[in-house]
Amino acid sequence: MSMIDIQAISKWYGSFQVLTDCSTHVDKGEVVVVCGPSGSGKSTLIKCVNALEPFQKGDVIVDGISVANPKTQLPKLRARVGMVFQHFELFPHLSVMENLTLAQLKVLGRNKQEAIAKGEHYLDRVGLGSQRDKFPGQLSGGQQQRVAIARALCMDPIAMLFDEPTSALDPEMVGEVLEVMVGLAKEGMTMMVVTHEMGFARSVSSRVVFMDAGRIVEDCATTEFFGNTSARSERAQQFLGKILAH
Amino acid sequence: MGAFDWSAIVQSLPFLMKGLAYTLQLTVVAAMGGTLWGILLALARLSSIKSLAWVAAAYVNLMRSIPLLLVIFWFYFLVPIMLQWVTGAEYPPRIGAERSAYVTFILFEGAYFCEIVRAGIQSIPKGQLGAAYAMGFNYSQSMRLIILPQALRNMLPVLLTQTIVLFQDVSLVALLNVTDFVGAAVKIAQRDSRIVEMYTFVAVVYFVLSYGLSLGVRLLNKRIAIIR
Repeated sequence: MSMIDIQAISKWYGSFQVLTDCSTHVDKGEVVVVCGPSGSGKSTLIKCVNALEPFQKGDVIVDGISVANPKTQLPKLRARVGMVFQHFELFPHLSVMENLTLAQLKVLGRNKQEAIAKGEHYLDRVGLGSQRDKFPGQLSGGQQQRVAIARALCMDPIAMLFDEPTSALDPEMVGEVLEVMVGLAKEGMTMMVVTHEMGFARSVSSRVVFMDAGRIVEDCATTEFFGNTSARSERAQQFLGKILAH
Repeated sequence: MGAFDWSAIVQSLPFLMKGLAYTLQLTVVAAMGGTLWGILLALARLSSIKSLAWVAAAYVNLMRSIPLLLVIFWFYFLVPIMLQWVTGAEYPPRIGAERSAYVTFILFEGAYFCEIVRAGIQSIPKGQLGAAYAMGFNYSQSMRLIILPQALRNMLPVLLTQTIVLFQDVSLVALLNVTDFVGAAVKIAQRDSRIVEMYTFVAVVYFVLSYGLSLGVRLLNKRIAIIR
């Protein structure tokens, strides 16, 4: 069964359609990369999975729960799905450890000891155990993004969503973040990743979804996507030609 | 009238200090109550519920378009009559100028604090609310734990500056014969014919307190900026 099942969703901003009939799925333990030119709707699509962006047609089923169903308690659903943002979005008024524990305490109702133990575990895991008392503004971009990943992991998510996690980073910091993500994938985390990092897509993902102008144009196995480029749509070939040329 | 008589001030000091105490108390209560009321108004103005946003905007615009003195008179003279009309009592209820002043200033200042808080909330990047929601916080948790602490911190200097303005505006209650700092001075000035001494003393105290506070705000401004 799919952990995330996106069923024919469409979304409009006023009269402008940003998503048209998008369907795909992410199975348990699978890593799916979503790519495409900017403005193609990748970020919007991934934000529909945890209802950060509302959509007008279709449905997303996350672990058997319908996002479109008005009876679904969205905060509860979101607490079970981790999300990592392009601009990190750590809470700047809280220390690193408070960033990691706040939702554990207030949303999951864990006690303080348990929350801090969890926080320390995942902070070590992303290699930042010594930074627990610093504030986000005192960390580099790469460090902030690793804290953001740890913050999401502290909630014991059933799946992780990554929305261009390395796009806002200086080039020399991309590696440290990707390394953490590769480790997660190897441990069997279910991941949906919007990214331009084709190296990551090629080596880690099992499927690639290619989007253009709000539509899913390609949805195929990674080996097929990169191996058999002549069978790709014209738009995907153009995109790959540009992004892989260098 | 004669020469400047310091003893006139010294003799009436206890009475004047009582007035100052009331002024400070009214300022602090109105600032805190106004901030709370302002936060609620700001959340209403930013609400996606159109009717709620409209009502809050109408209230704020109304309050900000009427002179404060008129609002003070309105609450003092007209609210008791309205209460009488609503409750059907034989006489208008006696609220008293001291008490009606608290209500007046909280409701009036709330409109100004609302606009400050609203700007503060809007200064927080949109992604912060998204991140809060993504962690599983509901609306009120997101506001209380994530957005408002950052917004209020950004806005603290402006809120305090508005409070200094409030501290000065509070003197208008003297027109209702309330013994605030200015009211106390007016009474003594009339009783002892010591107009120069009284009004000079009150002005100096107001200046020292207001200017001192504004210097404090400037210092604070440098210290509290969040590192981003």
